[in-house]
Amino acid sequence: MIPELGHFALALAVALACAQGIIGVFAPGLQDARAMRAAPALAISHFLAIGAAFLGLIYAGIVSDFTVENVANFSSSQVPLIYRISGTWGNHDGSMLLWCFILSLCGVTVAVFGGGLPASLRARVVGVLGLISGGFLLFTLTVSDPFTRIWPPPLQGAGVNPILQDPGLAFHPPVLYTGYVGFSVAFAFAIAALIEGRIDAAWGRWVRPWALLSWCFLTSGIALGSWWSYYTLGWGGYWFWDPVENAALLPWLTGTALLHCAIVVEKREALKAWTVLLAIATFSLSLSGTFLVRSGILNSVHSFAAAPDQGLFILALLAVTIGGSLLLFAFRAPVLAATGIFAPLSRESALVLNNIFLCSIAAVVFVGTLYPPFADLLFGIQLSVGAPFFNQTVLPLTGPLIVAMAIGPLLPWKRAAIMPALHRIWPVAAVALLVFISMTAERHVIAALGLAGGTWVVLAAIWDLAQRLRLFQAPLQDSFARLTVLPRAAVGAALGHIGFGVTVLGIAGMTLAVQEVIVLMPGQSTTLGGYTWTLDDIRNAPGPNFSQRVADLTLSKNGHELLQMHPSRRFFTAQKTVTNDAAIHTNGFQDLYAVFADEPAGGGAELRLNRHPLAPEIWFGGLIMALGGGLSLSDRRLRVGAPSRVKTGKTQGAPA
Amino acid sequence: MDGLRRRLLFGAPLAVAGLGGAGFYTILRRMQDNHYDPHALPSPLIGQRPPAFSLPGMAGGSGFSNTDIMAPPRPMLVNWFASWCIPCLEEAPMLMQIAKTGLPIWGIAYEDKPDAVSNFLATNGNPYTRLAADSSGLTAINWGVYGVPETYFIDTGGIVRSRWAGALTDQIVAEELQPLLARYS
Repeated sequence: MIPELGHFALALAVALACAQGIIGVFAPGLQDARAMRAAPALAISHFLAIGAAFLGLIYAGIVSDFTVENVANFSSSQVPLIYRISGTWGNHDGSMLLWCFILSLCGVTVAVFGGGLPASLRARVVGVLGLISGGFLLFTLTVSDPFTRIWPPPLQGAGVNPILQDPGLAFHPPVLYTGYVGFSVAFAFAIAALIEGRIDAAWGRWVRPWALLSWCFLTSGIALGSWWSYYTLGWGGYWFWDPVENAALLPWLTGTALLHCAIVVEKREALKAWTVLLAIATFSLSLSGTFLVRSGILNSVHSFAAAPDQGLFILALLAVTIGGSLLLFAFRAPVLAATGIFAPLSRESALVLNNIFLCSIAAVVFVGTLYPPFADLLFGIQLSVGAPFFNQTVLPLTGPLIVAMAIGPLLPWKRAAIMPALHRIWPVAAVALLVFISMTAERHVIAALGLAGGTWVVLAAIWDLAQRLRLFQAPLQDSFARLTVLPRAAVGAALGHIGFGVTVLGIAGMTLAVQEVIVLMPGQSTTLGGYTWTLDDIRNAPGPNFSQRVADLTLSKNGHELLQMHPSRRFFTAQKTVTNDAAIHTNGFQDLYAVFADEPAGGGAELRLNRHPLAPEIWFGGLIMALGGGLSLSDRRLRVGAPSRVKTGKTQGAPA
Repeated sequence: MDGLRRRLLFGAPLAVAGLGGAGFYTILRRMQDNHYDPHALPSPLIGQRPPAFSLPGMAGGSGFSNTDIMAPPRPMLVNWFASWCIPCLEEAPMLMQIAKTGLPIWGIAYEDKPDAVSNFLATNGNPYTRLAADSSGLTAINWGVYGVPETYFIDTGGIVRSRWAGALTDQIVAEELQPLLARYS
């Protein structure tokens, strides 16, 4: 019964989303105030309908209703509760529903918190979101229905994919999807503004919090995903340049560019066309990334198996969304002329430089990701463009970005001179140079460059902040007083840069990783990275829906016993799959990483032992970036900017 | 006029997206028709000996040069692979099967690190009689390698008789490799 209600709610949501879309987009043109007010109301009911459908599917998962095909294929009653819930979105149909749910959440957020926007703009933004939602809900309902029933039901479900049975899976997709889908709001703002034919500083101020919010989620989602693959896949790798990862990285790159140039629109009314294009491009990349990976076009280890006819439906939806928006963009080209002008050396041009580098990196990643399917199409060959290509092309572009991102925030708007900025930052440059020289002495040029670059970015941001606070130049309470009046957006931006620098440090540190693959008998030991790793025992251990073999390792340094590690191999009998559960010990600045890879016929344990210097900084940096975004969102200027307070006189702001 | 020019300029992203979309449409249609015939471009090496090269060994395997494959005692395969390549991972079991039949496979690891290759071979099995490293990727350019994996069939005269770009499949082995073996053994 509940799945039928869910199915009905889904059908209802399609109708409501279409109504929301059509009324929202066309009512402002008809100057019908009542119709314009209807769009936000429809967005709320549309959200409630999808919410009901989503809860219905989760309920079916919780009670293990195996008459629902989705539950029978991807869940089982032996799986712990959290994975019965998260399993509902760990497959194609369920993840579509999650996707639509988050999209409707975006619509409802604009409807509720956008009270201070001009009524016509709000109706149009909500309308555009409704149209997108309508299309994808129709797809879910017709060809990707998560509520399909089967009869007779199997006695037991097939179970959750063992690799996905992990706390990381429960949080990673919703966070990542919120990031992806969140950019739909920036997209809808761009389309609404193009329809109205008016883009000004106010538009820049409205669109930025939404872009920032989704950027925070996307950053956290990518960091979570990378962390998850680091500790579950057992390779000790954190980024594989896999199409799925690239699909997440592309909108992150253009989204980061969007954040930066929306500031220029807001402050200086320049770069308007470019900002609108980035808003369209970011959401288009999110859309195509999510769906092309699933259609099986891109060869990926993560792809959900989907039928090609689903692919054609999706492609048609993408063509309408992306093609339609770009057509509108071209048509409205004349109204997008810039009004603010700036000197070649200024904060604006530093932000332009940032955009050029970010977009070049995006272009390179885009080409590298799409080259294999197009090589197949044009020349009929199947091949893989792998890590060497991306490393060799992306790293040289990241270098100048790193150099520029430390200097940019020091430049004033409109017209700047480079010497005062350099004069302010020379101690940081000296420290970075020192790091570089001391590392090249050990003949790790790449690591030296990365560590120096990371240090440069982190210290430059801290240094700038310290100077603004007059830290150590004025009494401490004076600095603290300055901190309280400093715009939070400025602190947030500095934190964002610090986070990026910390991630760079982590990536550079990982190039110094040492690894050993070795077969040890119980009692034997090996040395790696300054530690003695001893295999004490191999034993059996129980698990909820798997059995496992555990290797007990003791690490010691200079004869002192330091810690125990317990990597295991898990045997999932239902799926006949073995996973390696890595044991990771971290102290915040390095990871000791042990994988129990195999039990060879001759006895003993085949172990992969690694020491990863600075590995935790990779994800820690992502977290700092997201926190910086969050802090910036709480800035008073943005809350005033989302102008509910101005118009309706509410005491609470709308921090997006 | 200026407005029109601006519109055309701003239409460029649309054109790019349109081309991409048309490409994806074609690919999807082909997938739907099961119309996958990987007819590789003819390799410039076919009918010739591989160009001069000398590559060091890797991961315990001994390296080789073009003189080592000028006159092999029996036909052989040269397989280009990399630990970072997903099709190579898929191809690994097939190479193990071929190696068991006694056909020598010499491997060349393309732009890869020794640790990563040992790890890859430890996980997926080592089908290679000899294993060389092309760390710079320069030999691959001379051979005209498109990407990895790629496999070359070399006869007893040291002449390249066939080249497969992409992973070897059951179909390729049955329909192309077996006849070549019958002909050149």
